[in-house]
Amino acid sequence: MSFVRGLKCRECGREYPVEPIYVCEFCFGPLEVVYDYDSIKKVMTIDKILSRPKSLWRYRELLPVDGEPVVGLNSGFTPLVKADNLAGVLGVKQLYIKDDTVVHPTLSFKDRVVSVALTKAREFGFDTVACASTGNLAHAVSAQGANAGFKRFIFIPATLEYSKIVASLVYEPNLIAVDGNYDDVNRLCSEIANKYKWAFVNINIRPFYAEGSKTHGHEIIEQLGWRAPDNVVVPCASGSLMTKIWKSFKEMKEIGVLKELNTRVFAAQATGCSPIVAAIKSNSDIIRPVKPDTIAKSLAIGNPADGYYATKVVKESGGYGEDVSDEEIIDAIKLLAKTEGIFAETAGGVTLAAAKKLIETGRIDRDKTTVICITGNGLKTQEALVGHTGQPYHIRPNLASFEECLKGIKKGGQ
Amino acid sequence: MAVIVRIPTPLQRLTQGKEEIEGRPGSIMDLINDLDGKYPGIGERISEGGKIRRFVNVYVNEEDIRFLKAEETEVKDGDVVSIIPAIAGGI
Repeated sequence: MSFVRGLKCRECGREYPVEPIYVCEFCFGPLEVVYDYDSIKKVMTIDKILSRPKSLWRYRELLPVDGEPVVGLNSGFTPLVKADNLAGVLGVKQLYIKDDTVVHPTLSFKDRVVSVALTKAREFGFDTVACASTGNLAHAVSAQGANAGFKRFIFIPATLEYSKIVASLVYEPNLIAVDGNYDDVNRLCSEIANKYKWAFVNINIRPFYAEGSKTHGHEIIEQLGWRAPDNVVVPCASGSLMTKIWKSFKEMKEIGVLKELNTRVFAAQATGCSPIVAAIKSNSDIIRPVKPDTIAKSLAIGNPADGYYATKVVKESGGYGEDVSDEEIIDAIKLLAKTEGIFAETAGGVTLAAAKKLIETGRIDRDKTTVICITGNGLKTQEALVGHTGQPYHIRPNLASFEECLKGIKKGGQ
Repeated sequence: MAVIVRIPTPLQRLTQGKEEIEGRPGSIMDLINDLDGKYPGIGERISEGGKIRRFVNVYVNEEDIRFLKAEETEVKDGDVVSIIPAIAGGI
């Protein structure tokens, strides 16, 4: 049973039935899923959530599917790590990492959105799924689409890291490498989506797909003991994740699971692609598109579709935004690894480095509870660290050689 | 020759199902006004008060007009203009 009332234009409020459509015919505003929260409130209790398997589908009343989920039955419910070592370094009291480096099966939060998108694509009767991707989405659609028996067309910028290309190809999708950046790929895909009747998860399935991001936020609430954090720091590319995390917090309050909501939401971007943070810093809601130039390729969207709404979330919640250099990104990846044993992709470096700046500048209160959203695994972007890590000690296969090496390690090693 | 304008699905009802239509050279706003003459209603869907709507992206020969001269960008015969709703992706 579904609690979806329909789709609604975020700009002009016109309502539409549940179909694979994504923009308002009148003003081109994005369509969003609206729910009947009064009915959800009656059936979705904390006890009921706790009785369900530990996957993103435990919040299914708040997801836009009609029948039983068919994709991502093991996705979601990643750890909320209490990061005491990192908190010590940053000088804050309560710090948590929401660790989506370990989402099943492809190690990024995109497994969440794709679980919902492909379940919905099946309900709509599509046999082919497609996406425009900076890498993580390509992996999730390739893998979960293989498992669910869909034909798959995956469009990526040709400059993507080699390891990300291999990690798509192994699932044998039709992988199309486009000469151009992500914005070029996206523009091309929207023209292809006009012509071919496929389920493009981030185009005509977008209203449903994007709802899957909310489960990252639902889980934070549950894992904090049914309360919301004081601060949450979220990486922004299109701005979609940030708006959906905020929506997830608000709806947990709406259905009575959350008693209070005073969270400040903070945006993190790389300086080489920071149209959302630039708008936040200049106290504007006008997003000026940029040509991305950053090692954080999964955040390199110069023309963020939900940027306008991301600035609204920051304003409404009393948050702020921060941008960080490539060097700061690499330092933050290493800091998270050596303090908490978590290897994040470049986007995770962006988020932690931005959080660090927000703490140092007093935008984030050191005495409050802060959650940092880490959205993908560092094994996917190892190229970014080449030349920025230490080197192994090389020895001959005998004890004397090892002990010689050990002397050097004892003098200056860790 | 004329300016070629690619029309997205949500607007094709106004163009009798045509995916591509032809328009007159000039600034982007001149072009939109010209199209609105031939296909009434299309102008207000794409623009409001002489400005392109927030969730509409306009490309001239694959370049976003916000990197050119925005609404004042000039188009000439043979140019291809794409009108595309903003779409999400990434994080």
